[in-house]
Amino acid sequence: MSNTHADTVAFVRDTMLPQQEPPPSSVGAVGWARANLFSGWFNTILTFVSILVIGFVLYEILSWVFSPTWNAGSLRECREILSAGGEATRGACWGVIRERWIQLLFGFYPADLYWRPILAFILLGVALAPVLFADKVPSQLIWFSAIYPFLFPWLLWGGTIWGPLSALAGFVIGYFVFKALSEVTSTLIGIIAAVVAALLWWLVLSGYVVDALNSILPIGIQAVESRNFGGFMLSITIGVVAIACSLPLGIVLALGRQSDLMIVKYICVGFIEFVRGVPLITLLFVASVLLNLFLPPGTTFDIILRVLIMVTLFASAYMAEVIRGGLAALPKGQYEGADSLGLNYWQAQRLVIMPQALKISIPGIVSTFIGVFKDTTLVSIIGLLDPLGLSNAIRADSNWNGVVWELYGFIAAMFFIFCFSMSRYSMYLERKLRTGHR
Amino acid sequence: MTTITEAPRAQFRLSMLLYDTRYRSGTIQIIALFGFVLMAGWLISNTMNNLAALGKPIDFGFFAEPASYDINQRLLDYNSRDTHLRAAFIGLLNTLVVAVLGCITATVLGVLIGVLRLSKNWLVARLMTIYVELFRNVPVLLWIVFTMAILIESLPQPRDFIGDAPTAFMGLFNSIAATNQGTWLPEVLFSRSLGNLHLFGEARLRFDVSLDLVAILVALGIGIFGARIVSRRAERIQSETGVRPKTGIINFLIIALPVLVVLVALGFYLDGPHLTTRKLKPIEGGTLIRNSLIALWLALSLYTAAFIAEIVRAGIMAISHGQTEAAAALGIRPGRIMRLVILPQALRVIIPPLISNYLNLTKNSSLAIAVGYMDITGTLGGITLNQTGRELECILLLMLVYLSISLSISAVMNWYNESVKLRER
Repeated sequence: MSNTHADTVAFVRDTMLPQQEPPPSSVGAVGWARANLFSGWFNTILTFVSILVIGFVLYEILSWVFSPTWNAGSLRECREILSAGGEATRGACWGVIRERWIQLLFGFYPADLYWRPILAFILLGVALAPVLFADKVPSQLIWFSAIYPFLFPWLLWGGTIWGPLSALAGFVIGYFVFKALSEVTSTLIGIIAAVVAALLWWLVLSGYVVDALNSILPIGIQAVESRNFGGFMLSITIGVVAIACSLPLGIVLALGRQSDLMIVKYICVGFIEFVRGVPLITLLFVASVLLNLFLPPGTTFDIILRVLIMVTLFASAYMAEVIRGGLAALPKGQYEGADSLGLNYWQAQRLVIMPQALKISIPGIVSTFIGVFKDTTLVSIIGLLDPLGLSNAIRADSNWNGVVWELYGFIAAMFFIFCFSMSRYSMYLERKLRTGHR
Repeated sequence: MTTITEAPRAQFRLSMLLYDTRYRSGTIQIIALFGFVLMAGWLISNTMNNLAALGKPIDFGFFAEPASYDINQRLLDYNSRDTHLRAAFIGLLNTLVVAVLGCITATVLGVLIGVLRLSKNWLVARLMTIYVELFRNVPVLLWIVFTMAILIESLPQPRDFIGDAPTAFMGLFNSIAATNQGTWLPEVLFSRSLGNLHLFGEARLRFDVSLDLVAILVALGIGIFGARIVSRRAERIQSETGVRPKTGIINFLIIALPVLVVLVALGFYLDGPHLTTRKLKPIEGGTLIRNSLIALWLALSLYTAAFIAEIVRAGIMAISHGQTEAAAALGIRPGRIMRLVILPQALRVIIPPLISNYLNLTKNSSLAIAVGYMDITGTLGGITLNQTGRELECILLLMLVYLSISLSISAVMNWYNESVKLRER
């Protein structure tokens, strides 16, 4: 009995066909191009327009960049070189960058002391390493990071070593006063006494002590005045100090704004909203003309220091809002969990709330950092010689009158490198700290 | 047998101010307030002492004095004999002009770029990414001075337009002349003008209102009102019968016709810039838009557009794909899916950061001082400050102006957030 299907019909395939390659038009480069570049008439037009734009821009830029004007001493010489080479007067004039790049980097800092800012910024990298790449460097390095804030201004401004040491001593005195008093009485009294002691030391005593020590043991390096600072060195100095100081200040302000203590809360809200409501340039005006009015008669201090104070205050208000966002995004259960463990306010903040809130707000914090660094260019308006201020001076020079693209292109490229790498770092940090949840 | 009905009441001791959580918050607040008042008092007394020593106590009288400087780009009538107050007011208007112009262009550009960044076209998406990264990572001040420098260096001088062999020509049917001083545009004129209405008379605070402009605005308002009535009727018919009558052309006519009638009645015509033969003033007539305004406007728009593009992209990506699929399953076309389903939800995510970017743009417009555009910072915080030497008054007022702009924009934002908030039970 063979009445199975196979016997009644002429042919039946009893094995599977071998798997076939997909049609060549849907795989590989062709398939990719069909899917991503030519998926419809509109996309095809867009693709061709984009190719035209890219081609045009690349042609213009390349033919402009490769120009043999590296050794020219003025814009006129550049034009002579270019027209002698047979080209039109198009083409970059790189002579201005060759002549002025060192000035754009260091301003008018004494040339024989360039090693000091260079060393300071290399050490900055070392000091930041334990903070930025905590899992890749030895943890003892954090002690160097703690000393670095006092080393940094000394290397840049120079002068006697006793100045930064006495600033450091203020913190040490405050710490010991706190330690001694908080064991005997309450923490609150300890904190207040520590702040008062440190302020007393900085404002009253340290001046005499520094003078005395300096006359006994004059250890120091050559002092450099603030008006010699300039270029990217100035931008980075302002940026780094403002970033470093604004983070803790921003945390305090954010906690104040979230606090149950009504008066503290309103003081913080008022400060944050005021600073965020006015442009930075008005605060810089305050730094340049008003800040001396607010202080006791006869007080004058350095313009860079005044700018630093105002930029730090400005950045800290923005930072506070970013961190407040992180605090608000944290589930209520985390606060209640910390309370139910019996942690007090500061313990809960330190061990439970802040690590999570800061992690949530990393993208915002880094974009605030980038904003602060970009905003350092505003100091050129009040007459400091940051790269933009210097560019005005260079363009006013009769040799380089009329230079635009080379100069601004160079400055823009430098800023782009700094800001773009910061934003990439924040993406790396986000990936590294993502511990689950989603 | 005794039952404890209430906790034993401890006698109040002074140390409880520190150790008892019931009182400690009060103690901390009083200390904070005390410190704050002490600090504020110290600053104010220092300021008073310093001002007294300088011999210039706080006094706003200088506002009534003649400003004696010129403002070359302005909306209202102004001359150098006008007061500092009027100069500041002209500056404030200039700030608002560049802020409004910038916000509009930045929004249009930003939405376009944000949508294109999500395009399926790989090349276009990459190009837009490059644009966004390029503009976000370079300071806005650099873009402003850069644009200004490009305009000054690359555009022809006004005298290149005249002479026997002119090297530069006007564009668009001889109506636009782009020079390194600015761009001349045709001027709007009315042959049967209604004249101006002088509010506050000819006083120092004079404020002229062009009646022509008022008439046009009234006509436009009537048109929009009529169009809304037509739309509402169309909606009613749609909800009753399911068929929406066509309203597009009718609405357009209802809005356009009254304006057109008013324009014809006023004798509207454009008078373009004319070339002369004089070397000193080669171009006359028309409206001159200075390069400082153009540079500031362009740079602020391009810079803010990069941020807005990111916001738009994030807003569209925040809407789950299920919404699109559900709408498609209902048989709605792609264009209407975007308009009726995605955008209304995305806007809830987009609008708050968008408004805060408008705020940033307005604050960044204070950088006008770097290119010499006379906004409120350039007048009140710039020349007025330098001429009168009244730093404290000028800067305080300047901050107050910006603060009130910021706070009003925040108020609008809060109102919007409240009105689009998801109503949850």
